[in-house]
Amino acid sequence: MLTQTSLNRILYGSRGFRIRVPISSCTLAAGAGEVYRKVIKVVEEHGVDAEVYRVGCTGLCFMDPWIELAREGLPPAIYGNVKTEQIEHIIKNYSEGDLSEATAVRFKTGSGGPPALEEVDFWRYQVRYVSRNCGLVDPESIYDYIETGGYLGLKKALYMKQEEVIEVIKTSGLRGRGGAGFPTWLKWKIAYEQKNDVKYVICNGDEGDPGAFMNRLLAESDPHRVLEGLIIAGYAVGATRGIIFVRAEKPLMADRLEKAVEDARKLGFLGKNILSSNFNFDVEVYRSAGAFVCGEETALIAAIEGRSRPRQRPPYPATHGLWGRPTVINNVETLAHVATIFQTGVEEFVKHGTEKSRGTKMFCVTGAVKRTGVYEVPIGTKIKTLVFDLAGGSIEGRKVKAVQIGGPSGGCIPAELMDLEMDYESLQSYGAIMGSGGLVVIDDSNCMVDVAKFFTSFTLAESCGKCLPCRVGMRHLSDLLERLTSGEASLEDIEVAQELGESIARSSLCALGGTAPNPILSTLRYFKDEYVEHVVNRRCPAKVCAKLVKYSVDPALCRGCTQCARVCQVGAISGSPGEVHRINYDICIKCGQCLIACPFGAIKKV
Amino acid sequence: MYRGRLNPREVVGEVVSKYGCDRGRLVQILQEIQKTFRYLPRESLEEVSEKLGVSLSEVLNVATFYHQFRLEPVGRYIIYVCFGTACYLRGASEVYEAIRRSAGLSNGRSTTEDGLLTVEKARCFGCCSLAPVAMVLSSDGSERYVHGKLTPQAGRRLVFNYRSKARE
Repeated sequence: MLTQTSLNRILYGSRGFRIRVPISSCTLAAGAGEVYRKVIKVVEEHGVDAEVYRVGCTGLCFMDPWIELAREGLPPAIYGNVKTEQIEHIIKNYSEGDLSEATAVRFKTGSGGPPALEEVDFWRYQVRYVSRNCGLVDPESIYDYIETGGYLGLKKALYMKQEEVIEVIKTSGLRGRGGAGFPTWLKWKIAYEQKNDVKYVICNGDEGDPGAFMNRLLAESDPHRVLEGLIIAGYAVGATRGIIFVRAEKPLMADRLEKAVEDARKLGFLGKNILSSNFNFDVEVYRSAGAFVCGEETALIAAIEGRSRPRQRPPYPATHGLWGRPTVINNVETLAHVATIFQTGVEEFVKHGTEKSRGTKMFCVTGAVKRTGVYEVPIGTKIKTLVFDLAGGSIEGRKVKAVQIGGPSGGCIPAELMDLEMDYESLQSYGAIMGSGGLVVIDDSNCMVDVAKFFTSFTLAESCGKCLPCRVGMRHLSDLLERLTSGEASLEDIEVAQELGESIARSSLCALGGTAPNPILSTLRYFKDEYVEHVVNRRCPAKVCAKLVKYSVDPALCRGCTQCARVCQVGAISGSPGEVHRINYDICIKCGQCLIACPFGAIKKV
Repeated sequence: MYRGRLNPREVVGEVVSKYGCDRGRLVQILQEIQKTFRYLPRESLEEVSEKLGVSLSEVLNVATFYHQFRLEPVGRYIIYVCFGTACYLRGASEVYEAIRRSAGLSNGRSTTEDGLLTVEKARCFGCCSLAPVAMVLSSDGSERYVHGKLTPQAGRRLVFNYRSKARE
């Protein structure tokens, strides 16, 4: 556990003044690279005796890029949405003890001033168990990780027998954080019991769900925690080799994990006789070429073997996995939990969560909310706590209509069910899944039929084509939805969609096809009226489906630039330069090109 | 490093000798070839098939299965428009259409005739808070830019800017 001395050393550094800048994929996209260079420049030019420190990301995406200033004697202060031109000013004021512009402080030393993290909504509902180091430590420094108690978990585990290690995880009740929530200890036990001189453990870092990036964030911000978990898993099942499976499309995640592996090897946490025990184990980072189906265990193994496509289970990978050997596959977050459980003790872990699902889970909340971000909360937290308290609820003037949980394999939960407590079982009974924990908030400007179409086209494109229900069935569902969103479907088609969806789910080979109809089935369950409206009145209530809306020119905004008339393929728009243009509805084919072309936003859907 | 004038067959020879004639390394071998050419030239795939003793259809199976691989040459800049859920719900399709139109792409083509720009859809970058997002990569991989909170108008500007940049 983190002692006060260690915390101070990490917070303030050896020079007593540290300026943290988050360097991860998401913060870089928001401009953290420029901020980092500017901070260095200001510190040099003004002779500030501060250390500019690279850290990972806290998951508070809405305030990217942020910086944190921490000088001994002052509360560490976090400044959100920083612009390069403000940096000089921020550093000067902070150094003089003026913290008034800070978004929050890590802890308070007096009264007044900016709120402490534990007082602000986006932090106080969180329980930062597995994400405790994110945004605090340098992800490329193994010493930072060790300072926070890192690799103590491995040390403890190596003092135990393998069965005892598995027993610890069994007592904790830890379940897989990547999808179905399979008990982690059981996977380990099955692999452990196999009589085989070669066994593998694999860290599944594929993370292909659109809208889920907690694994990337965790591995980029605290890679050693994931690695430590993998080494413990390797010891428990008796593996000699571990593989971390990452997408080549996420280069920073792969680089940081690779660096972690190298550093761990140098300090003797990997290699022969780890920490003077009899345990030999090494790890390789595998950069996958990227396919959604690789999140599925047997497809992931096939990818490493240089093939593609999943196979039928059983036999399960725990008995017949990579190269036919017993193989345990755990998700990034699961393994980070393993390391943390061994560091803190089981008691700390079981404090949170529900009877059936212990501990915490990281959720990505995106879409139509004020504060998008990654939030770690106890399992069993209500949906509304995440959507409204942590993420701040809907954007001004809009109303939350539904929450899509679990990505393309998940489903939509309507706004009326926001009181639902999120755990594996309850989400499943309402037609969604926990999945990797992506929540996309949908508001009244989105059409539910269109949402179903989006996910169906996603899974259709990602279907590997091996089994018929998924390959052909999803094509039919996709065509059906195309007809629905064009106003060409009948009420019978809705019944067909339901029946077809159910049979694809029952008869597909792997979990991709088994869950692919969830988005359409769950929207049919809760938003059937929207489907019916598309069929009976040929109307899209949210004005999203292009063929069911009319385009009209707002005379107040039109400047007569003729752009719309020029892109119209059928000549439906008339008007002279400088005059308000008109759309002839008899000719208009509703392709929507004029709306895209208009530089003034004068063309509206009605 | 871009090595456009290299012989695909020679490059395959180098790569295969590095990884060995191991069928299990097929994905890495293809990744390495693509690093050199920015795409997988037909001759290189034929050579891989011969060297590894795997049928060409099986090599093509793997090459077309994964997103990372491409069988056509790309433009100097590749504009990836994110089609993750958050981006889609916030208007990625309209941005994508606007970008394609102003780049002059039609009929399923993804690279402009002057060979300067390639426009493609991408899966989630995990930058959902900036939705809708586009990532721009230079074909040699040395430059990488992310543009967030896009509108059709901003998409058109993007095309204009990168086209001029590519001409430099």
